[in-house]
Amino acid sequence: MFQISSQISFADYNLFDLLLNHKVLCSASLDSFPALKSYVDKIAARPKIKALLECENFKKLPINGNGAVSIMSSVEEISNSVAEDLEEDGVEEENTVEEAEMEYEEPVKGGYIFYRDRKEWADLEPVPQDDGPNPVVKIAYSEKFTDVFDMFRALLQNDEKSERAFALTTEAIDLNAANYTVWHYRRVLLQALDKDLREEMKYITAIIEDQPKNYQVWHHRRMVVEWLNDPSEELQFVAEILSQDAKNYHAWQHRQWVMQEYKLWDGELEYVEELLEEDVRNNSAWNQRHFVINHTSGYSDSSILDREVQYTLKQIKKAPHNESAWNYLNGILQDGGLSSFPGLLEQVTELQDTCSSPYLTAFLVDLYEDALETNSSSYDQQEMFNKALELCKFLAEEKDTIRREYWNYVSRSLQNTYGSGDPVSASSDPPPPPSSSQLPDMEPSDP
Amino acid sequence: MEEASPPLRCFSESHSSELFSDDGVQTVTSREQRKVERSIQEVYSVYQQIHTSSQPTLLREQHYHYLKKGLRHLSDAYECLDASRPWLCYWILHSLELLEEPVPAAVASDVCQFLARCQSPTGGFSGGPCQHAHLAPTYAAVNALCILGTEEAYKVINREKLLDFLYSVKQPDGSFVMHVGGEVDVRSAYCAASVASLTNIITPTLFDGTHNWILSCQNWEGGLGGVPGLEAHGGYTFCGTAALVILGKEHMLDLKTLLRWVTSRQMRFEGGFQGRCNKLVDGCYSFWQAGLLPLLHRALFKEGDSTLSVSSWMFERKALQEYILLCCQNPGGGLLDKPGKSRDFYHTCYCLSGLSIAQHFGNKDLHNELILGRDENRLLNVFIFLPSRHQLIQFTTSAQRRSPKRLNISTGCLFQFRQNLHQVQWTSH
Repeated sequence: MFQISSQISFADYNLFDLLLNHKVLCSASLDSFPALKSYVDKIAARPKIKALLECENFKKLPINGNGAVSIMSSVEEISNSVAEDLEEDGVEEENTVEEAEMEYEEPVKGGYIFYRDRKEWADLEPVPQDDGPNPVVKIAYSEKFTDVFDMFRALLQNDEKSERAFALTTEAIDLNAANYTVWHYRRVLLQALDKDLREEMKYITAIIEDQPKNYQVWHHRRMVVEWLNDPSEELQFVAEILSQDAKNYHAWQHRQWVMQEYKLWDGELEYVEELLEEDVRNNSAWNQRHFVINHTSGYSDSSILDREVQYTLKQIKKAPHNESAWNYLNGILQDGGLSSFPGLLEQVTELQDTCSSPYLTAFLVDLYEDALETNSSSYDQQEMFNKALELCKFLAEEKDTIRREYWNYVSRSLQNTYGSGDPVSASSDPPPPPSSSQLPDMEPSDP
Repeated sequence: MEEASPPLRCFSESHSSELFSDDGVQTVTSREQRKVERSIQEVYSVYQQIHTSSQPTLLREQHYHYLKKGLRHLSDAYECLDASRPWLCYWILHSLELLEEPVPAAVASDVCQFLARCQSPTGGFSGGPCQHAHLAPTYAAVNALCILGTEEAYKVINREKLLDFLYSVKQPDGSFVMHVGGEVDVRSAYCAASVASLTNIITPTLFDGTHNWILSCQNWEGGLGGVPGLEAHGGYTFCGTAALVILGKEHMLDLKTLLRWVTSRQMRFEGGFQGRCNKLVDGCYSFWQAGLLPLLHRALFKEGDSTLSVSSWMFERKALQEYILLCCQNPGGGLLDKPGKSRDFYHTCYCLSGLSIAQHFGNKDLHNELILGRDENRLLNVFIFLPSRHQLIQFTTSAQRRSPKRLNISTGCLFQFRQNLHQVQWTSH
């Protein structure tokens, strides 16, 4: 019955508020709209909403100066304010607010008691935040937020190491999981109170599921795993997170740490292949492939290298415009040299008819360049040079124009290094003047 | 009456050939990419209908008001950044700096006093009053103070304690943890290098092993990951590369593969940059990724490369400006990741930073401007006043515009600015 899914969401509070206001302004306004009327009645009947609607403070709040009451203006539990000019504000980065999936506790003035009013906390004087007389970047904290953190500051100041302090860190984390000071304090308490770390694992598992792009939660998990010296759940846990977002950077970081720390390499190549089966363009999976092989067999064994080259070419054939595969091919052959790998030029050239892409062309440039660099006798140097330049021009002018500046630079570099001195086809700049002033910020170097 | 504007790259006939080719094999990656491309196409088509002859415009007024307000008040939506308030100061001040909007003296003073409250008694700065010191807000606070550049601002920083803090987070392997008891990644090296360099507290041992640790973050892709072994990522690549430049060790990177990696991160259709291969475009990478090109240009030059362009960084400057101006501006002020996303101060800062980089090539002797749209779109060129390579790296501070002042360690006052990092000296410890 809710707007977006089977669970109530912000959209419902918003619409409910609007419809309540309609009823206030004209009590019969919803009579001809039975579905809307029933929607409003059902939400109003939810226990905590009912309590809110009946509470005095709520009844006194105005809406738009009409003397009626707005549910939205009284709600403090909702973490994204509904005020007009604030609706557009998103918040960034480590902890990006997920726009669609807000979980809302029912707005309650009825059931929740501020810490400052709880008798078990009466001995502790809350410490308000000292932003100074003329604050900047002042956040309009909710009353709950202020209350919890005022109490947290008090605990911190007294260096209190108690169960109630531990419980408060849970509240504080719930309000701002990016507060690394709170996490640090929680860890101090976990040790000081000799808390059950298995329980903590369950806790951190839930938090990470909820906020998988936060640095602190992953770091905390790592600490607990270290203390327990038990990585047994980790690979499965990370796999679960990756099943929701196969490229979560923190998840991969944690996975690599676990594998290296506890030497858990078995089965990882298979796992990577599963991921690549699902999405051959998953660059994180390609990176993991490299990571595993690097730390196990290495690439110097020619049978391994062969296997990898063949595997990669196979993936390339499936999706020739998948840059990850081409980058991997290049990456694993760098050390040995692209032009030294037997038959590679032929295999790649063969792909040109059916699997052409700017990446194939770029790969050929790399291969030709490698042939020139190693002065390989297997190749006609002049031919390599000419072809490389031809392809650079093709990329710069037609197939990869976004990288025009780069390909023209590569072309000039090749000419400069391997050219016979005859000027070849135009690259965007004339030869630079032989002066030191061409560079940003070059000051004469001091003795 | 407006003159006909030069044609935008994104409106050319052949632009649709740049759309992603999924080779008939759809995966999550290709679906997400196509979704973004469709939304960008939508933006282009709306733009073409509305702005038939006008030029892309940077919404200066709107951005200014968004920033001005945010510097004072933020909604409760910002509760999740309560441990990053110096960042909010920095993002907003740097954005104002790029827009060449002055900060009134009273406001500047209030910022100084606030940041002073964020300074930890044990050194470094934290996310807010009474929180623990952390390298990220330390970076933000020091750079914000350098943007303000007043004597009051410089005086806020307790340099000796800052050095103590840096030592307290230094690891035996050369890396730094972000805070005591915290995580390691390459951001920390950059934060440490930046603040140590700006405040002139680099000692002979502070960065022992750091450059080697950073170098080990460069991977098979050519870019750098957050820690050794991880996928190459724009944010971490910028941090690692910039840190190495400050330490004078950038030549130890494989510059060629790094150059190939970063130039490949510019999206052929959108014009903006992605953070990692096969991921989506995001306005903030206009700085983290495009910002690498000036660093690499200079590094290659120092190696004796005579084939570098004398007129442009090695990325498509017009395309990036188109992406930022057409796709990343909120009409009510503020910039963003991509169409459909909300504005925020982080994206405002880095989209504007990227715009500036795309507009300006070179230095005061050799300056090439490419302003897309009206002339009023021009942002501050952070290079123009900055004679030292240190500033080149920072992209952030205008501190060195002011004349160098005498150093006074005992009261922790003023810095002595060095024009050339070869002459960096340490004066305490």
